[in-house]
Amino acid sequence: MRGGRQRATASLRHRLAERGVDPALLLLVPGLVVALALFVYPFSYGIGLTIQPTAAMQEQWGGGIFANYVAFFSDPFVFDSVGITMRLALPAALFNVLASVPVAMVLRHRFRGKRLLTSLLVLPITLGTVLTAQGLLIFAGRQGWINRTLLASGLIEEPLRLVNNYLGVMFSLVITGFPFAFLLISSYLSGIDPSLEQAAKTLGAGWWQRFRRIVLPLLAPGLATTFVLTFVLAFSVFPSARLVGDAMGETRVMSLMAFRAFGEQNDYAMASTIALMMGAVELIVVVAVLGLRSLLYRGTTGGKG
Amino acid sequence: MAASTLERPLAARPSTWFVWAGMTAFGVFLLGILVAVVVDSFGRQWFDTWLPDGLTTERYTEAWDRFALGEVVGVTVGVAVLVVVISIAVGVPAAYVLARRDFPGKRAIMLLFLLPVLMPPITYGIPLATVMYSFGLGRTLTAVVLVNLVPSVPFVILTMTPFIEQINPAIESAARMCGARTWQVFTRILAPLLVPGILAAAILVLVRTVGLFELTFLVSGPGSDTLVVAIYRGMTAAGGGEARQLISAMSVIYTATMLVMLVVALRFVNPTQLVAQVKETRDD
Amino acid sequence: MSDFESLELWGVGRRFGGVDALSGLNLTIRSGEFVALLGPSGCGKSTALNCLAGLLPLTHGEIRLDGRRIDTLPPERRGFGMVFQSYALFPHLSVEKNVAFGLQMQGLPRAEIDSRVREAIALVKLGEHAKKLPGQLSGGQQQRVAIARAVVLEPSLVLMDEPLSNLDAKLRLDMRTEIRRLHQSLGLTTIYVTHDQEEALSLADRLVVMREGRVQQVGTPDQLYESPVSWYVADFMGYRNILPATVVSVSGGEAVVELPGTADGGVRLTGRAVGAMGAGDRVRVAIRPEDFAVASTAGGGSTGGAGSITGAVSVVEYHGREHAVGVQTGDTMLHARTTTAPDVGGAVTLTAPVERVLVFPESLDAVVPQEVAA
Repeated sequence: MRGGRQRATASLRHRLAERGVDPALLLLVPGLVVALALFVYPFSYGIGLTIQPTAAMQEQWGGGIFANYVAFFSDPFVFDSVGITMRLALPAALFNVLASVPVAMVLRHRFRGKRLLTSLLVLPITLGTVLTAQGLLIFAGRQGWINRTLLASGLIEEPLRLVNNYLGVMFSLVITGFPFAFLLISSYLSGIDPSLEQAAKTLGAGWWQRFRRIVLPLLAPGLATTFVLTFVLAFSVFPSARLVGDAMGETRVMSLMAFRAFGEQNDYAMASTIALMMGAVELIVVVAVLGLRSLLYRGTTGGKG
Repeated sequence: MAASTLERPLAARPSTWFVWAGMTAFGVFLLGILVAVVVDSFGRQWFDTWLPDGLTTERYTEAWDRFALGEVVGVTVGVAVLVVVISIAVGVPAAYVLARRDFPGKRAIMLLFLLPVLMPPITYGIPLATVMYSFGLGRTLTAVVLVNLVPSVPFVILTMTPFIEQINPAIESAARMCGARTWQVFTRILAPLLVPGILAAAILVLVRTVGLFELTFLVSGPGSDTLVVAIYRGMTAAGGGEARQLISAMSVIYTATMLVMLVVALRFVNPTQLVAQVKETRDD
Repeated sequence: MSDFESLELWGVGRRFGGVDALSGLNLTIRSGEFVALLGPSGCGKSTALNCLAGLLPLTHGEIRLDGRRIDTLPPERRGFGMVFQSYALFPHLSVEKNVAFGLQMQGLPRAEIDSRVREAIALVKLGEHAKKLPGQLSGGQQQRVAIARAVVLEPSLVLMDEPLSNLDAKLRLDMRTEIRRLHQSLGLTTIYVTHDQEEALSLADRLVVMREGRVQQVGTPDQLYESPVSWYVADFMGYRNILPATVVSVSGGEAVVELPGTADGGVRLTGRAVGAMGAGDRVRVAIRPEDFAVASTAGGGSTGGAGSITGAVSVVEYHGREHAVGVQTGDTMLHARTTTAPDVGGAVTLTAPVERVLVFPESLDAVVPQEVAA
């Protein structure tokens, strides 16, 4: 080999093994086939579709093969959905992450009934968006128990509008997203060696100082990751925006627009365009958050992780 | 900060009370939603009152017949089991390679497996569904299984990689030094050690697949709808949707199925340890 | 038990992405021998062991067992046994089943497996723990299981990768004796990797000292202890004082050197020159603490022998029958041993006989490994 004092006696197999290539890599093949056939290929196909607009689209919006993109940016009915989606997904993700931190901190300690409580918090994952929507419509509707209780107690005189609007979708996003954020944050929190906090305690740090100076910096990368994953969940809201929201008004999110083009107008090219723009918008947020994260502490958290 | 014991009283700080208040509110909402649906599903009629006037189980039999729930539940379970089996069979070997080996292009492959998890399902779902329809697979069971594999395989890989990483590689070397061939190392040593992880991943994929709405909805049709999709179609059917109680009954059936699966899952694995294999604060 | 004449390594090398983790390892191991590979972490000793085991493919050289080439065989077909630093017991199998695993892989009849497992477990004195899982055993017990698992197969060669480094000090001594006893009673050819010179010296018939993937010296324990070929080997063999110096003159195998930075500017020592050197060369002087004679300085001035170094006592440690003394002279701390404790802060003079002061060239690259014919 290069500059070796002696002739390399290794076979090709060994020289490949030196770089980490050996027959065990074949185990990756089925996974790669699935990823390529069901993800990469359709995705590239979809990108190709976006520049094959229908004749009607070209006529209406111009721009030649980019008619779909022109339509996306200039049709306010479609383009406004970007802002609508962000107005829902960003606050929902932020709330879920920020609310999870204190809850996870409290539930970190040992107490009776912890397992039950954890299970209760995880419960909504089983409900799914569709059932949550159905429950919200009944529970928080005009005739629901919430409005009934508030009316009976005399706090309000007219029933509150809690569903079929922005608020309804927000409720739904918190109920399904919070448990998820909580699970992730608990997991990150348990990766922080408790002896670090005990060490800080012996150095005279109060609980807020311990949280602010020790736990928070170690948790920050985990917070960023959790935010990203929760945001992805909230960003693609679809059933709840339709069922408990105001589908043609203030909760006209991008996924609804994409589905309208796909299922109702059968314009696969425009549907793919909206879907891809959705991915692009999300990517911008994700990259921004992960970029912020890389500025934060990235070392070990002192746990066995 | 005089309290130095781990089990300090909960009344220690106002912030603790704040957390408990928030959790109580969350619990009230959650229970309210659940109980409202259950009560509704057993109600004869329920309009402008605290509780429905009279109870009945008729809604269940009616919903069962009307939505052909026998078939729908069969499709749901069948699709879920197929997706679990395939994604485990495909994902675990890949997770093994990613956990153990370092090779050129590893980061690119990791990214490829991570992308479907980070992307909104609709973004790849719509092009994927378009491809399915153009191959003539639209509204078939095959299509439903295939689209569900896209997030499931990466999910298995991401879940299993830390499980595999925590197994000391020297154990595999030791088995080889004892004369075990590659296949025997897998079946006699790795498989038994990975059973808890595989079980956890399997149950989580099952729960996800049963609950996954967006992707299934894009490619399913009569005869290949899963339970969630059937409920959604019931709620949004033309003409203001089906009777609310029928939907509630269906939802209860759905939740019951899910709950059973999650309870089983929690018996095998502590959910907070799925993301990273870390020590808990010595509890349980 | 060993059923071969000799195991030969010819120019064995392993390269990781352009870096030689191991290169040009030539070694002949005879049946029944106990060979230790010694060196700090990253010196290539574990790479060598893994290459021998077959867990890492070679990139250079050949391994032959009685002339038959084995480096192309996968580990499971070489018939070697291995004991790992982390024990590497199968956590889901009981002690018995761990030990039986290899025999089952060979497809032996049940009755034979049972009797051989029982024998091996008795050999490592774990009879009462046979049904337990590895997690229920102490570190020392786990390592004994690992040893039983390796020897039950009657391997032609046992490879041990720092088997004692995860144990505490007392257990380490016990296990060392245990390994020596097993080696002597079973006559197993053993290759033992360690970074602990005491372990290597007390266990091995022959030692191989390695540095940066290359062999520095091969020899019996007393050869290495008495005549190290470089200051690097000397450092490993307990020459705790390794001092940089400059050669003043060389004559008849003796070198006069000057230590820089000592208190009175230019202390001169005479020592045995090991390797080629000339006046003005930079060298390292190696002296063992026990070779220093410590005398309290009465009037100063150097006397006789190899020359002397004066300094102030800065540390005294009690070590049972003797005391370890740290003497500060200029920037350097010298280590010596005495039976009577000097006063801390007192001035002392250290002297050593000429033949116990070894002078080595500073560069280690020129060292030619000596394969001592056995």
